[in-house]
Amino acid sequence: MPAIELTNPAALPADWRDLLALTKPRVMSLVVFTGLCGLLVAPVMPPLVLGFTAILCIALGAGACGALNQWYEADIDAKMRRTAGRPLPAGRMDRQSALHFGVGLSFFSVILMGLATNWLAAALLAASILFYVLIYTVWLKPRTTQNIVIGGAAGAFPPLIGWVAATGHMSALPLLLFAIIFLWTPPHFWALSLFVRSDYAAAGIPMLPVVAGAQSTRRQIFLYSLPMAAAAVAPWLLGLTGAIYGGCAAVLSFVFVVLAARVLANRATEPAGMAPEKKLFAYSVFYLFALFAVLVADRWLGA
Amino acid sequence: MKLEEEVVRRQRARARILALLLGAFVVLMFFITIAKTGKNW
Repeated sequence: MPAIELTNPAALPADWRDLLALTKPRVMSLVVFTGLCGLLVAPVMPPLVLGFTAILCIALGAGACGALNQWYEADIDAKMRRTAGRPLPAGRMDRQSALHFGVGLSFFSVILMGLATNWLAAALLAASILFYVLIYTVWLKPRTTQNIVIGGAAGAFPPLIGWVAATGHMSALPLLLFAIIFLWTPPHFWALSLFVRSDYAAAGIPMLPVVAGAQSTRRQIFLYSLPMAAAAVAPWLLGLTGAIYGGCAAVLSFVFVVLAARVLANRATEPAGMAPEKKLFAYSVFYLFALFAVLVADRWLGA
Repeated sequence: MKLEEEVVRRQRARARILALLLGAFVVLMFFITIAKTGKNW
């Protein structure tokens, strides 16, 4: 074959690093962690290899969501600074490869979950993938300011799936864990979308700060932090966890509400003056990790 | 970089990773089978 100069990287077989980047590994870490916690707080422990496989399937399902999301939003990603360097908008991969990779990973994760654990867990995993891709990415995100509110349900599935993978059935505690992540998602994403508002506006995505303005978003952040805090301490109040979790959840949630109140008091319109929003966003990630870590500690130390 | 070299480099890298993943999958399926048949799961 004659030597030809490299002019169109997307025409080449995709580099494995770009395939990995399609799965959004950083987002996956939080999904894996909450799924693992759901599995670890369950009253029944599956054999180690089955527990490992359940978490692997949750990770692969999350990776499939990331790939399908980037396949569908390649045009939008190209318009935002934060996402312009991703494999598809940067032209390092063709869209069809991303689609095949995402669909293949989805089927593989769901079938493996069903074979290794149980089909209720597999059905929940399939539902979470379909919800994220069809309901959130395709339907809600480009259409309504409530995209994050309803779409947040997709990210709330992992602890539920982890629990069901271990036990084979649902109960009150994993549903409360679902509620915590569901209510945590709006303040988490709206804090981020406040200081990257210009990105979302440029891409034409109707995020709340773009459509309703910064002050309305700040009010919503504070209002959502209240039921989120209530949901966080509810497992303790209902006697489903011990005092270790209850005390830590109360303190962590109190700090969250205080930071949300500081966001509410802020009047800045430019990202440079949005220190409270950046602080709340960073804390919200720590909050979820800490809350679930304490939940596991409570289950294992209190048992 | 020449196109031909880059294509071969990427194909080799992907083939190696795919082989590793397939090997890991076989091992995983083996242990899943042992766990599912050995205990009442």
